[in-house]
Amino acid sequence: MSSEYAIEMLNITKRFPGIVANDNITLQLKKGEIHALLGENGAGKSTLMSVLFGMYQPEEGVIKKDGNVVHIKDPNDANALGIGMVHQHFKLVECFTVLDNIILGAETTKFGGLLEKNEARKKVLALSEKYGLSVDPDAKIEDITVGMQQRTEILKMLYRDNEILIFDEPTAVLTPQEISELMQIMKNLVKEGKSILFISHKLNEIMEVADRCSVLRKGKYIGTVETSKTTPADLSAMMVGRNVNFHVEKSEMKKGDVVFSVEHLTVASKSHKKNAVNDVSLVVHAGEIVCIAGIDGNGQSELVYGITGLEPIASGKIFLKGKDITHLSIRKKVESGMGHIPEDRHKHGLVLDYSLENNIILQTYYKPEFCNTGFMRKDAIRNYSDKMIENYDIRSGQGSITQARAMSGGNQQKAIVGREIDRDPDLLIAVQPTRGLDVGAIEGVHKHLIAQRDKGKAVLLVSLELDEVMDVPDRILVMYEGEIVGEFDPKKVTQEELGLYMAGAKRMEYNGK
Amino acid sequence: MENNFFKKSWIQTLISSLLCIILGLVLGLVVLLIINPSGAFDAIKSVIGNFLTWKRGSYKLYYLADTLVRMVPLLMCSLAVLFSYKVGLFNIGTSGQYCAGICACLFGAIFLHLPWYLCLLLAIIAGALVAAIVGVLKAYLNVNEVISGIMLNWIMLYLTNLVLDQPDVIKNTRTLETFDLSEKAPQALLPKLNLFGNNFTSIAIPLSIILAVLILVILNYTKFGYELKATGYNKNAAKYCGMMENTNIILSLVISGALAGVGAAFYYLSGIENWNCSTATVPAMGFNGIAATFLGGLHPIGTIFSSFFIEQITLGGSYVNMRMYSSQISDLISSLIIYLCGFVMFIKVTINSIISKVTSNRENKNIKIEGDKK
Repeated sequence: MSSEYAIEMLNITKRFPGIVANDNITLQLKKGEIHALLGENGAGKSTLMSVLFGMYQPEEGVIKKDGNVVHIKDPNDANALGIGMVHQHFKLVECFTVLDNIILGAETTKFGGLLEKNEARKKVLALSEKYGLSVDPDAKIEDITVGMQQRTEILKMLYRDNEILIFDEPTAVLTPQEISELMQIMKNLVKEGKSILFISHKLNEIMEVADRCSVLRKGKYIGTVETSKTTPADLSAMMVGRNVNFHVEKSEMKKGDVVFSVEHLTVASKSHKKNAVNDVSLVVHAGEIVCIAGIDGNGQSELVYGITGLEPIASGKIFLKGKDITHLSIRKKVESGMGHIPEDRHKHGLVLDYSLENNIILQTYYKPEFCNTGFMRKDAIRNYSDKMIENYDIRSGQGSITQARAMSGGNQQKAIVGREIDRDPDLLIAVQPTRGLDVGAIEGVHKHLIAQRDKGKAVLLVSLELDEVMDVPDRILVMYEGEIVGEFDPKKVTQEELGLYMAGAKRMEYNGK
Repeated sequence: MENNFFKKSWIQTLISSLLCIILGLVLGLVVLLIINPSGAFDAIKSVIGNFLTWKRGSYKLYYLADTLVRMVPLLMCSLAVLFSYKVGLFNIGTSGQYCAGICACLFGAIFLHLPWYLCLLLAIIAGALVAAIVGVLKAYLNVNEVISGIMLNWIMLYLTNLVLDQPDVIKNTRTLETFDLSEKAPQALLPKLNLFGNNFTSIAIPLSIILAVLILVILNYTKFGYELKATGYNKNAAKYCGMMENTNIILSLVISGALAGVGAAFYYLSGIENWNCSTATVPAMGFNGIAATFLGGLHPIGTIFSSFFIEQITLGGSYVNMRMYSSQISDLISSLIIYLCGFVMFIKVTINSIISKVTSNRENKNIKIEGDKK
């Protein structure tokens, strides 16, 4: 029996104690199409995919493959049906080569146990040629870029002859160039007859690459639309349930005195001999948002690590409110009025095994409001945390006592943003504060940043997202290979012009004045 | 209601611990039945009963006190393991730190003729110093604490033998053991309680329980505990928010080692046992401490009971009829039970998944019933 659909999930309902994660959801993936699955954090996308992979059994509903009802009890069943997935966080063995990772679990052997890799190598090379997935089969995973790691994951699925490919937020970790490469790869894949399910909350990517889009909201199925007949605004309204303002609204800048300045800062690189940050000088005024734009890996992270004290600096000076804070400890820097929304919320921003309330007080736990002669004031902490949950709309299963690990990425980020902003720092350093967030949450974070600016505080934003770079700041600095190569007024520059500077094709003198 | 009761974490831990104990006893019984069926039930009864095996009431009490004395070092080692575990470090070097404590307190007692409180202090310092080596290696060179801990265990064992091996000064040449403290160094004996007429009971018993409560308070209610746990869970986040992450790692191991040192002094300064200077195995106390920690549900108060239980069956093993079973059987049975104690976490997870299944089934039914009514 043939069917128009490669896979159908019909009327799926999955309940967890206290919550209906999927409420009567229908998802039909046509053969040879790219089908986007759109929804906010916690809308039920992951649960639906877990059902498809047999990790959860739905209470109601059926799954059909090529029109036939199938029962998927575990991921092996899904594999046997030709369903493969690229996870947001890759499942690769770091110290293995690309080829070893691709054949892992599907190795061919000879003489009853000896690995036979030549056939596999041929097949992998053929596949990478066919779909334009350039990888070096003998490179180790730990040595290659994130984009290449992702291509390895895709090859893993293709090597297993999977027909239905699921991409879980594949662009969250990629640079703009890698994103456009991926889009091309996805188009190649459907041309060869594969079907793709593309989970994302980035609207312009969906508009660009997907044929149809299904929208989930709070566990419910909202609808499926053809992307050619819709607009990003309509999609976001479907996803969030209200109209989202894409354009960041902000009032005229009231620029004050210099609050923060960096002079000739140099940070050594850990991985190569060149400096990660080379002789960077910059200033941020009161009431101003300055954005450091650039392609990932051009020294933005190291610049922030150097400023905040997470990594030692080689030379240079850092001033906050006229005070030299270059050699202060991290604690002293925080107390001098520095707030830091870190790039990696799991590595630096949160103690994942702590409750939400314990994370909320991470920067202030030692202050007399929360700590009395060495003892934690649990009531005060709970009250403060409850207040923060209310003020910053941090949603979680059990409120203040929820383990941070159990919260969605968006709400983890809200907790960090709230924690840093609530201390009302004179300088707020926000590194990719909207990474991995959906449009509703992004809007919220931007509003908070602008509110800080309007209160006359200084904000230093580091961003990889061009939309954010153009919309949020009052001034843009472009960073390329550890140096600042351009200064722009976002109102007077185009994305194309910025792109040239970000790629190192053009540069201007900038001395941080 | 009933479901909420089972959902409570401490109830689950208690049930898991009890299940582990029962499982261990059943397995022990099976082994006994295989070896010699006729005495198996009596034997297992002796293992569980320990001091209750005695017929006369006063003997029962005397040996209960004896069990308590022997429980103290296990409790301290178990607290040492627990403290480091709570801050994300697995201090398998507890045995070596315990050894260092023995060495320091006996050297102080017999060679230096120090009073008991100074001997106790020496043991604390010794245990803490040994653990500090592990801590410094971990904090600054990222050397795995398990590896460096295990290596140090052996170094400390032979160092202890070396230091205490001074014939006619510390060691009795005839027995190869250190001199009885009551003969050569009575000033070093801990103040006695003479509980149930047992001469070895000392203030160590109440002090160890007070320390358990103290650990509970430090970990859960103080700024210090908050910092240590944050560092243990995520060193990078601790650094980000301005904590002294390396100091915290060293400090938590130092405290852990100090607890092991205290345990050694509490035991050897009670006079109940002397150190044999030809000992060729690392004291099992540190390893049993790991079992006690997990059996106690990773809770300081729980470890009081689990330490008592483990000591109870270990000593109970010696009451097994030696004419029916070889002398190793008691160790075998108690180690079987201790081994199964490690399964507490596994059983807890299983219980959890069963409960969530039952609840979701019931909720589904409720939803269906409601739906039908409509």
